Amino acid sequence: MSRPSTLSVVIRRIIAAIPSILGVIIVTFILTRALPGDPAAYFAGPAATQEAIDQIRETLGLNRSLPEQFIIYVGELLRGDLGNSLTTGQTVLSDLLTRLPASLELTLAGLLFSLTLALPLGILAATRPGSWLDHGVRVLATAGVSLPTFFTGLLLIYVFYFRLGIAPAPLGRLAILYSSPDQITGLFLVDSLLAGDFETFQAAFGQLILPAVTLGLFALAPLTRVTRASMLSVLSSDFIRTARASGLAPSMILFGYAFRNALLPVVTTLGVVFSFLLGANVLVEKVFAWPGIGSYAVSALIASDYAAVQGFVLTMALLYVVLNLLIDLLYTVIDPRAGVES
Amino acid sequence: MISPLTTTKPVQTSLLSVRDLSVEFRTRTGIVKALENISFHISKGETLGIVGESGSGKSVLALAILGILDRAGHITNGEVLWSQNTETHNLLKMPEKKLRQLRGKELSMIFQNPRVALNPIRKVGKQLVDVLRCHSNLSRNQLKKRALELLASVKIPDPQQRYDAYPYELSGGLCQRIMIALALACSPKLLIADEPTTGLDVTTQATVMNLLKDLATDQQMATVVITHDLALASEYCDRIIVMHAGHIVESAPTHPLFSQPRHPYTAKLIAATPEPHKEFNDLIPILGSLPDLRREDLAPCRFISRCDRASERCQQEALMYQQVDEAHWVGCWYPLEV
Repeated sequence: MSRPSTLSVVIRRIIAAIPSILGVIIVTFILTRALPGDPAAYFAGPAATQEAIDQIRETLGLNRSLPEQFIIYVGELLRGDLGNSLTTGQTVLSDLLTRLPASLELTLAGLLFSLTLALPLGILAATRPGSWLDHGVRVLATAGVSLPTFFTGLLLIYVFYFRLGIAPAPLGRLAILYSSPDQITGLFLVDSLLAGDFETFQAAFGQLILPAVTLGLFALAPLTRVTRASMLSVLSSDFIRTARASGLAPSMILFGYAFRNALLPVVTTLGVVFSFLLGANVLVEKVFAWPGIGSYAVSALIASDYAAVQGFVLTMALLYVVLNLLIDLLYTVIDPRAGVES
Repeated sequence: MISPLTTTKPVQTSLLSVRDLSVEFRTRTGIVKALENISFHISKGETLGIVGESGSGKSVLALAILGILDRAGHITNGEVLWSQNTETHNLLKMPEKKLRQLRGKELSMIFQNPRVALNPIRKVGKQLVDVLRCHSNLSRNQLKKRALELLASVKIPDPQQRYDAYPYELSGGLCQRIMIALALACSPKLLIADEPTTGLDVTTQATVMNLLKDLATDQQMATVVITHDLALASEYCDRIIVMHAGHIVESAPTHPLFSQPRHPYTAKLIAATPEPHKEFNDLIPILGSLPDLRREDLAPCRFISRCDRASERCQQEALMYQQVDEAHWVGCWYPLEV
């Protein structure tokens, strides 16, 4: 009865992720080169002469052959150098380090909000299939996913900031009056708590609510539907019948037996939704002036800012690997059978 | 309809007595009349076999008695009388909360396919503790001790280690023993074993059945063995009920039922069962199949389309149970002669 240890699962997963990361590096390198637009011309500005552009091209190393450029790029990567962003003038690494936590904080808060609604609603809907409650939950979830996030965001701003005045102005992570807490995790809520600064915490929390709700409403549909479907199928399985025949209390059957078994598909969906939201919440970031990674990537792409785009894609790929690893670990916590067959 | 199967014994001495129980399943394609006017009883310490081919309603009957039918299943008629300490209760009228205290404690059930009937992601010891905890006030240590005793009582080797095993780590036979331990955890008065040996190999089948028999004798427990295996039923049961398409067609003590079957279906069932002395060609399959229980115009006798003795009367008149011998009843207008 030997079960694989958590450590061996982690190591196996990390080794398995290496080829896909290599693939991502190659593909993004080629794709960014294949994009239309000339970064040297963009960088030199509209009034620059051809010589100036050529000179910039040479300093950026863009006049070398693609394989040469690739080898230089990989060499820099190995030294932890992601290059400089042409648009911000900073190193890509420092840009990402300030912007990624902003997106992470927003996405995590959105998911948390979504989960606290989706799990109870999904369970309720599954225990009463076909009831008005079930239909109500379906309508809510469908509405959440069919309204575009920028619309929901603007609507929330209109109602809660403009009309009711109970939400702060949608101007980023903190109002101008506050200075950001010392960066430890980069998540303002966590950092301000670590610093014991409750005022900043409150301010950051206030800024976070509306964009997080906007994102969360969007994620509500997949999470609720999966919770419901998964609970329904588990509730009709044989071992639930055994539990009922044994006289276990309904709460024990629902949460102790059914819910834990129903969690696996929910966790899978959670991972998919998370990585999707993290990269795709550009619109929410724009609406709330949130200094996140999505808006950074879009402006870099428009400016043909190779280093920034590559840095973004690579970061997302690494995040994806880490996320999948976490999900796999979560699987082994929930289901003892996970990881046995591989 | 007269269904005097229970009148052979006064209700007071029966542990469980089911009367005129009818169950319907409301499905998208129509109402399935899964059980119709089922009546039988079982006394303390007795072993009753319920036999019949797949789809005859045996398992539905068990689930209906325990009150754990699917959402689509509805009990439309009848009563399930449970007698204990000179008190008799109709389980169908009992509030869910009280019924829950009986389930797993006084009446419990073993399911077919033990591997999926156990929670796949909970340690088997914990599953035993769950049942014990909801029916007793034992402390944490006592619960574990009792669970280990139970594992030992169903002859599971090395209970200490098995306590921490998950169902997928155990063989089918071991899972079935866990299932039995689970059902017998609170020393029930009645055990319903639904196909307890299906999916187990022959040697394990015998061990499991003998284990059940011994435990039943020890605890004076009544056992209902639901099976399609006539040989198994004949070996372990005192009395047998034959079901066909949601009806009870015959009820008799084991020996007379096998030596002198009176219902044509029972006779055909026995003729279709392989035995050591029979050649393969001696086996006579039962022609036709179970009638579609969704039909509006179901004949009073549901065996009519497969029966070679049927007449106008079987089509017209309500099914009648005849007493052909002491404790031998048959639901047929033209029972076989002895």
